[in-house]
Amino acid sequence: MKDTDIKKLLYTHLLCIFSIILSIFIPSFFLENFSILETHLTWLCICSVSVTAVNLVLYLVVKPNVSSKRSSLSYKVTRFLKCCIYFLTSCFFFHVIFVLYGAPLIELALETFSLAVILSTFTTIPCLCLLGPNFKAWLRIFSRNGVTSIWENSLQITTISSFVGIWLGAFPIPLDWGRPWQEWPISCTLGATFGYVAGLVISPLWIYWNRKKLTYKNN
Amino acid sequence: MNSLSCHYQDAEDLSAAFPGLGRRVVFMGDETWNDLFPGVFSQALFFPSFNVRDLETVDNGIMKHLYPTMDSDEWDVLITHFLGVDHCGHKHDPYHPEMAKKLTQMDKMIQGLVKRLKNDTLLVVTGDHGMTISGNHGGESELETSAALFLYSPRALFPSAPAEEPEIIPQISLVPTLALLLGLPIPFGNIGEVIAEVFSEIEDSQPRFSALAQASALHLNAQQVSRFLHTYSATAQDLQVQELHRLQKLFSKASADYQRLLQSPQGAEAVLQTVIPELQQFLRGVRAMCIESWARFSLVRMAGGAALLAATCFLCLLVSQWATSPAFYFGPLLKPTASGLSGAMVCAGLLASTGLKLDSMVLGAMAAVGSLLPFLWKAWASWGSKRPLASLLPMPGPVLLLLLIRFAGFFSDSYIITEARVAPFLLISLILLLVARLHWEGKLLPPKLLSIPRLGFLTPAGPPQYSAMHAVGLGVGLLLCIRLAGLFYRCHEETPVCSSSPLLSPLRSTVDGRTKNLWYGACVGALVALLASVRLWLHCYGNLKSPEPPVLFVRWGLPLMGLGTAAYWALASGADEAPPRLRALVSGASVMLPRAVAGLAASGLMLLLWRPVTVLVKATTGAPRTRTVLTPFSGPPTSQADLDYVVPQIYRHIQEEFRGRLERTKSQGLLTVAAYQLGSVYSAAVVMALTLLAFPLLLLHAERISLVFLLLFLQSFLLLHLLAAGIPITTPGPFTVPWHAVFAWALMATQTFYTTGHQPVFSAIQWHAAFVGVSESRDFTWLSAFLVGANTFASHILFAVGCPLLLLWPFLCENQGSQKRRQPPGNEAEARVRPEEEQEPRMEMRLRDAPHHFSAALLQLGLKYLFVLGIQILACVLAASILRRHLLVWKVFAPKFIFEAMGFIVSSVGLCLGIALVMRVDGAVSSWFRQLVLTQQKAGEQSSLVCTGAGLSARKAQPHLLPPCSQDLLASGTSLFYNSRS
Repeated sequence: MKDTDIKKLLYTHLLCIFSIILSIFIPSFFLENFSILETHLTWLCICSVSVTAVNLVLYLVVKPNVSSKRSSLSYKVTRFLKCCIYFLTSCFFFHVIFVLYGAPLIELALETFSLAVILSTFTTIPCLCLLGPNFKAWLRIFSRNGVTSIWENSLQITTISSFVGIWLGAFPIPLDWGRPWQEWPISCTLGATFGYVAGLVISPLWIYWNRKKLTYKNN
Repeated sequence: MNSLSCHYQDAEDLSAAFPGLGRRVVFMGDETWNDLFPGVFSQALFFPSFNVRDLETVDNGIMKHLYPTMDSDEWDVLITHFLGVDHCGHKHDPYHPEMAKKLTQMDKMIQGLVKRLKNDTLLVVTGDHGMTISGNHGGESELETSAALFLYSPRALFPSAPAEEPEIIPQISLVPTLALLLGLPIPFGNIGEVIAEVFSEIEDSQPRFSALAQASALHLNAQQVSRFLHTYSATAQDLQVQELHRLQKLFSKASADYQRLLQSPQGAEAVLQTVIPELQQFLRGVRAMCIESWARFSLVRMAGGAALLAATCFLCLLVSQWATSPAFYFGPLLKPTASGLSGAMVCAGLLASTGLKLDSMVLGAMAAVGSLLPFLWKAWASWGSKRPLASLLPMPGPVLLLLLIRFAGFFSDSYIITEARVAPFLLISLILLLVARLHWEGKLLPPKLLSIPRLGFLTPAGPPQYSAMHAVGLGVGLLLCIRLAGLFYRCHEETPVCSSSPLLSPLRSTVDGRTKNLWYGACVGALVALLASVRLWLHCYGNLKSPEPPVLFVRWGLPLMGLGTAAYWALASGADEAPPRLRALVSGASVMLPRAVAGLAASGLMLLLWRPVTVLVKATTGAPRTRTVLTPFSGPPTSQADLDYVVPQIYRHIQEEFRGRLERTKSQGLLTVAAYQLGSVYSAAVVMALTLLAFPLLLLHAERISLVFLLLFLQSFLLLHLLAAGIPITTPGPFTVPWHAVFAWALMATQTFYTTGHQPVFSAIQWHAAFVGVSESRDFTWLSAFLVGANTFASHILFAVGCPLLLLWPFLCENQGSQKRRQPPGNEAEARVRPEEEQEPRMEMRLRDAPHHFSAALLQLGLKYLFVLGIQILACVLAASILRRHLLVWKVFAPKFIFEAMGFIVSSVGLCLGIALVMRVDGAVSSWFRQLVLTQQKAGEQSSLVCTGAGLSARKAQPHLLPPCSQDLLASGTSLFYNSRS
């Protein structure tokens, strides 16, 4: 592991954060009455799309993992379709988890689903970009001693911090402050976003800090 | 009269009187009034007030309708509640430009009102609270508790111009003043004092008359307060007696003076001058006395109690850490307790002999402190060098975090009100965390999957005990159960917009016959499923085969109880439809049936205590087959590995043949005693006790709660399985139950408290439980109190009694784990590497092998559970004492504390009972072993004993030599075998 790798990681993460910030400010030039709280779903869509786009572009540019030898068009298409299916599955999976956690089943289903989408954007999309539609590899990353590169390590950190963020975001909901951001699912989406951003910031720093201790099996 | 907003409680009394006396009350403003005083207003305009950011909706709505309504003359009282200023304070702050705008608008509104006022109308403008610098309220600072009061009428109201620094009037004085001005009786519970100036007759220009009017208003007020005081002091003893007498004397004197004044109107100037101050003095005295006795907190006792509780929690933590250390023994636990108690006794004796009067509460506290101090001293002394500081925080981080969140939640009224949702949230988080951690530690997937294919191999963390699907399935099932149980939800009385689940009402209240029948069917179905699952569980572990009386009771008594319960539900839900001549029979039966079920349950428990060992003993002749190697192998060996494997097998086979021949010649008919189901003997007893307890408790609830009980059993079963997956079995001890297991169990108890239709408020107590199995003519007795208590704390009882299962379950699951490993028959490679000496699962007999560790583990489990509960109650105590001036202290914090404290007591008793049951089983098992050995010795033959782990059929016979279950068995020369069922 070299310092250049960590630098590369840092820059890609900064770009991701930048895309989230842009998704907050840019739309207000084009859309009237745009604000994160009032037109929350719109912002969610924009944020999700922009984070996905940036992730894809970065993946194509940086190419953190060794690209597959097979490069036929049909292979690529099936791979892409598989990724889409994985993404949708993860959205539905998160939706079910939220409902089991206590989200209303029928009312606000659209809001719950959009929360699932944004969480999938923060967690599943980077997994898909880095590891492809390979569920076993995902499982490997989230086990002890399972990571094999700084990219996977940072993926682990950002995903976990997104989950922690969305979990913490649920805590203000019962309070009787009557603030608009306490409504379902705004606090959770904000929590997930903050968690994701925090993960993006923390992971390069953490890897840099522990660069002496980290030894990956294939390096 | 206009724009009024007074303290809710008094306003409630006052507004209740309006319609009865023919006053037309018109209201416009905050929709909260609709919930508070439904049906009071002759005409009302409610506007949504939920959104704090919305400064305009309510105010503009009122402004639109205010002046037309005022001019219409269709009202006697017109109440408007503006919200903009309050919301503006919350949203911005008092010095924000928005606030200036809002205040100007209010000014204009008041000016418009003043212009339209008629001569016989009084305008009252006030607020129910002030605001802090930041614009909030709810605390006890002066800025928050003081509000302006503005009275205006076109007629002159006050005899003189108001003072520069206006008088401060208590808010409670508004109620009697307004009541008298409206010609209504003053509410009974009022202790306010009328604003006397308002009653003076300025127009008459005779100061005497106006003073007389004031005096009569004050006298009316004083009469009402005196009546209240009389009634109150007759029932409650918390008022100071001397002060009470003084005030009563004062009132009778003032009353006499007033009568004198009325009889001789002439020349009573002097009397008039004394009557008014006397009455005022009386009213103020009463108020001061009541405030002092009602809002009196003993800070010293609060702090002392909290410190005592905290020290006890700490002690639980400390001893639960000690209990697993190898050098632990029970002696040091008893000595300080005994010394503390004796010290307290000596203290009490001294105090009694010297005649000092002391509260029993203080005495109890002293005894507790006395027994605590030696402990803490010992802990302090032994701390120093030996123990690292890390042992202070023995919990793993995430569990500690969740516990802290739960602790902090008790300090927030919102979190207490919504605890029915918060507790499942934390529980689900804990469960997901457990599954995630199992995966993280590589226990879910075989190491092959986790290692990187290119690199081949990663150090395996031992074989996975549980398949991934198994654990994930358990987790999902648990989540589903918790979510389904959440459908049974009763609203907290402080929740603004909420409707309780209709599932909580008894079936009797269902009108539609068809749905009623369907629901009845579902309830009976749940009952049958509960029974069937318990029987199936017992059958699975083989305990249903034993001829012991408790098992017979489970086979025949439990269905009978189920039948009785179903019949009772049928009678209770359809009692109104019964034909009249059967009424007496139905009512008689609906009293007798619950008694019969409770009686059956009690006799079942008695049987269980009498013969708790549910073991089937079989004496068979014939040598136990020593280990036969059962590996499918066919065809000639092809490789070196195969040869390595086959040759020892052939050797062993020959060896066995020889040995068998030898034994056959030596003694014909070797006696073997096979004892089945020893492996689950403890947990079978606990599960039976829980089932027997659940039935009477179920009868105390509404019918549809049976579904919750089914879910309860199901989810605790799933949770125990999931927890067992993460708990390694350490033989030969020490055994520990990890913190997360105990915490999850406590959380589930809390969750079940809510899903069985309870809330920690007095209005949610299910009083109908007092009449189950009791003929209705009876008064409220201790039996009724017991029934209502059992209904309220049903979940506490069940979970506390079931607590030992947390320790026992991993041993039960050991059976399954090894079974799983043996299952794939085609996997030859695995069969080959299997160690020769692999033992049969010995399950709970492992606990018996190390009796010292077993009792230490039980003690530790109990202490851990008590610690978690103790932390909860400590949080409640701290919250109630710190927030004693909070707006909601009597509505939320104090009831929560009382419920939690009662629940703690019930849980402790239940926990002791559960542990006692396990110890009783242990004792019975020991005596059973002893008896067995004696009979074998009497038989005088060389015999062997085969103990059976589980009664699972479809397994090959694989008897093994077993480390002795007890030493005396070995000494007696009996060889002890462990057998699985053939």
